[in-house]
Amino acid sequence: MSDAMTWVALFGLAGISVLTRSFFMIGEKPLPIPGWLRELLKVAPLAALVAVVAPEIFMTQGQVITTWQDARWPAAVAATLYYFWRKDILGTILVGMAVMLPLKLGLGW
Amino acid sequence: MQLIEKLRALIGDSDFRQGARDMASPSLGLAAWGLVTGVTMVKSGLSIPLAMGMSLLVFAGSAQLTALPLIASGAPLWVLLATAFCVNLRFVIFSAQWRSYWAHLPRWRRLLSGYVSADLNFVYFVKRYPDAVPQPGQQRYFWGGVAVNWPTWQVCSFTGILLADRIPTHWGIGFAGVLALLGLSYSLLTEKVLWWVAVTAGAVSIATYALPLKLNILCAIVAAGAVGWWLDTRKARHE
Repeated sequence: MSDAMTWVALFGLAGISVLTRSFFMIGEKPLPIPGWLRELLKVAPLAALVAVVAPEIFMTQGQVITTWQDARWPAAVAATLYYFWRKDILGTILVGMAVMLPLKLGLGW
Repeated sequence: MQLIEKLRALIGDSDFRQGARDMASPSLGLAAWGLVTGVTMVKSGLSIPLAMGMSLLVFAGSAQLTALPLIASGAPLWVLLATAFCVNLRFVIFSAQWRSYWAHLPRWRRLLSGYVSADLNFVYFVKRYPDAVPQPGQQRYFWGGVAVNWPTWQVCSFTGILLADRIPTHWGIGFAGVLALLGLSYSLLTEKVLWWVAVTAGAVSIATYALPLKLNILCAIVAAGAVGWWLDTRKARHE
């Protein structure tokens, strides 16, 4: 793509951000929201988060990991234990990274 | 002058401060993610001004990362936009919920609030206001979160863009973002039923990972919704 065309594409993508994120808020009158969508809404935040997180921990390049020599699962376990001990997200990130980096850089997991 | 007064009042407001404080706790993970997105934009071939423009205009990490290979390969514009729409479908679901809070606002305010609302804004907001009805202080709480989320993302994304060649990607710093989301997911597990919802979402997301356009996330949300609904009706029947 030329630079000019890429700028057009970027403005288009910005439009998609606005369109999707305010989809049901665009009209003045409420769009009818079907019952099944209401059910989905209750679990949507949790489900979306877990759906993003799970492959990042258990998969490598589209395949489920088969080796235990992977730095991510010990990091996730440590982070989980810390979270349920302290209920603090910043500490959860720090503990997880403190386990992952030595395994990854030191042992090459 | 009036604007400065207004801003000062906003910064001192307790709802605004709470929104900012809540958003600060996962900000380290958000920062790592912004950094990685910045690096990826440059490595996929965008010039520095284009990468900065993309960060400022699009402001949607997963859509940006998905769009990059398409831009690099010169895909037609409509394919690019349709792909971004699909990757953002979860926001369409979220927007139905936003409507019950923001319906009373004028349209430009609704669209603006929608545009700046990333995943974290939605998660923290519905956690604080589980009843989907308008209440005083909601907009101030929302903008408090945005005031932390937006600049953190942009500053880190710009840092990634400018230092793209010096940041070693094999360190896997992006994993900090995953850990932030992991902690946040745990904080939402307030009922027993929700554990099953979470397990379903994780398993389905992995099982359908091969689908294009990140549709696995949508499949996971739908399957998790079905399990949640089934468990709720079963519980209601037993009571």
